[in-house]
Amino acid sequence: MRELVKKLTSIYGPAGNEELVSQAIREEIESYVDEIEVDVMGNLIAHKKGSGNGKRIMLAAHMDQIGFMVTHIDDKGFLRFSNLGGISVANSINRRVIFESGLAGVIGYETEIDSWKDITLSKMYIDIGVSSKEEAEKLVKIGDVAVYHPLFSESNGKYISGAMDDRAGCALLVQTIKNIGSTPNDLYFVFTVQEELGLRGARTAAYALEPDIGIAVDVTATGDTPKCRPMAVSLGKGPAIKIKDASVLAHPLVKELMISTAEKHNIPYQLEILEYGGTDSGAIHLSRGGVPSGVLSIPCRYIHSDSETIDASDLDNGVKLLTKILEEDINI
Amino acid sequence: MFDLLKKLAEARGVSGNEDEVRQLIIEVVTPLVDEVTVDRMGSVIAYKKGTRSNKKVMLCAHMDEVGFIITRIDDNGMLKFATVGSIDPRILPSKKVRIGDKAIPGVLGIKAIHLQEPAERERAVKVDQMYIDIGAKNKEEAEKLVKPGDYAVFDSECIYFGDNKVKSKALDDRVGCLTLIEVLKDRYPFDLYACFTVQEEVGLRGAKVAGYSIQPDMALVVEGTTCSDVPGVDPHKYSTRMGEGPAISIADLASYSNKKLVSFLIQCAKNAKIPFQIKESISGGNDAGEIQRARGGTMTAVVSVPCRYIHSPSSVADLNDIDNTIKLVQEFLKGCEAL
Repeated sequence: MRELVKKLTSIYGPAGNEELVSQAIREEIESYVDEIEVDVMGNLIAHKKGSGNGKRIMLAAHMDQIGFMVTHIDDKGFLRFSNLGGISVANSINRRVIFESGLAGVIGYETEIDSWKDITLSKMYIDIGVSSKEEAEKLVKIGDVAVYHPLFSESNGKYISGAMDDRAGCALLVQTIKNIGSTPNDLYFVFTVQEELGLRGARTAAYALEPDIGIAVDVTATGDTPKCRPMAVSLGKGPAIKIKDASVLAHPLVKELMISTAEKHNIPYQLEILEYGGTDSGAIHLSRGGVPSGVLSIPCRYIHSDSETIDASDLDNGVKLLTKILEEDINI
Repeated sequence: MFDLLKKLAEARGVSGNEDEVRQLIIEVVTPLVDEVTVDRMGSVIAYKKGTRSNKKVMLCAHMDEVGFIITRIDDNGMLKFATVGSIDPRILPSKKVRIGDKAIPGVLGIKAIHLQEPAERERAVKVDQMYIDIGAKNKEEAEKLVKPGDYAVFDSECIYFGDNKVKSKALDDRVGCLTLIEVLKDRYPFDLYACFTVQEEVGLRGAKVAGYSIQPDMALVVEGTTCSDVPGVDPHKYSTRMGEGPAISIADLASYSNKKLVSFLIQCAKNAKIPFQIKESISGGNDAGEIQRARGGTMTAVVSVPCRYIHSPSSVADLNDIDNTIKLVQEFLKGCEAL
């Protein structure tokens, strides 16, 4: 699992540019599934056929990560950018970024300010080490996207990297695909695009697949660091079963299915109420006439930074729990 | 071209009340196409059958414009209003408007500067401090001319000026409507659906249902977009530059353009030697957002005419940019079937 997480978090894949992640996941899972395709939005959809009259279940983990889109190249070769997804000023100052080509840059800011509070993304730039517009234009063009420089670390059972949101979820789905035995359920594992821009890939995939049940797998925040915003989720206490976030209220039957399966198999879990943010289930549950949906979350500190931190055991237990859920004969 | 643009831009069509511009568009496109329908939201869909393929290509320009809706008539005969779509209230005082089906003239008024408290002068003016003056002596007189719920639209003549420039209200997105009309003069191998949508300015609403019902294989949205290449603005905030050709969007807040379509647009422009620019901002959004996400997803792209002072009675565009936008869309349609 460690190697899979390390591999997936190191791949370049900002929202709208998920192709490399899609290829890597495809190579991992191709021999374990019955059908695999990429839809018009770029979602990677893997179908594992069920053995009986089970449910049609859509699983979703998003491949995209937040990024910095180049919007302007100035005369000195500094790149101005806009955020693709939830990039914050604080998490970006003097951080290193990398483009698809491997070109590295540093995020600087206009230091001619009175207060740190005055810094906005439009007063920041990417320094790629060139000294003219001409030089810069040989390396990048308007519309290219950089991501936080991936650097995987491990510390006391924690995995630390950028893009853990949501490659950790992708890794969880990949491992589940590999583990799962015989199941009555018809499973569609969807590695979605553009979640960070508004759950876009999940919306079209859910429409096309018309599932009976939807389950998204994504990271969630925690409330276990000094003087943080209160939240009853901690690293290392098991995968979190979502009650609600700003995008979805988990369907009671899906939530109960997740809880009862965890208890039946003695898998640790926690219940999650996230006051802000949302994930792919927000789009899936409103598709067509509605889809009962839930979310399996991986607790994660420092979300949307280059040091997103998860606990290895939460991921392992997440795989166990999801595998058991999908093997169940589900009555919803 | 200017004459048709003038007609389109001067037609009234605030979001939700697009009747006048819709009638004009129907009249102009009917001789050019095989079938014209108005869908349940009010969008005009002009269909032109292909010569051989059954591929469906959708072109989209919104026909609605920003404006106002009358909310109340005061005892003194002044009209209170709300904005429809996004309008900077600071540009409003002293602007002329036309209200309701009878196009009653009015002026946007505000308390004179010498009557404002010092604190009021410091703050940007708000919509609820303003009113529309239609010259009525009292409520009874005003009620004979207008009623709450009437729409008001900027009263602004479309004029040619300067170095091949045009000044008008509603260039966003009558420049797109003009482009669609021009390209409808040709016939294509694929089925073409030119959609003149309603209610873009209040949330891409017409495009949402049009994208669903047409189910195109690909869609190209033609827009008027922000252009801030003016004094006092840092070049990295220009978004687009006037006179440098149609702006191709990589992404905005509503959609991420399909990469194949974007490369093809760039290739079309280069091959035909049409000047173009890549839009240097990702703010804003347009109909592509809803079309891209209709049903199981659609390939979309956006080309825009740069418009200074957008969403005002005096937006400015360059006729060369409009002409080049039409050319680029024509080139796109010649080869997009293979994508």
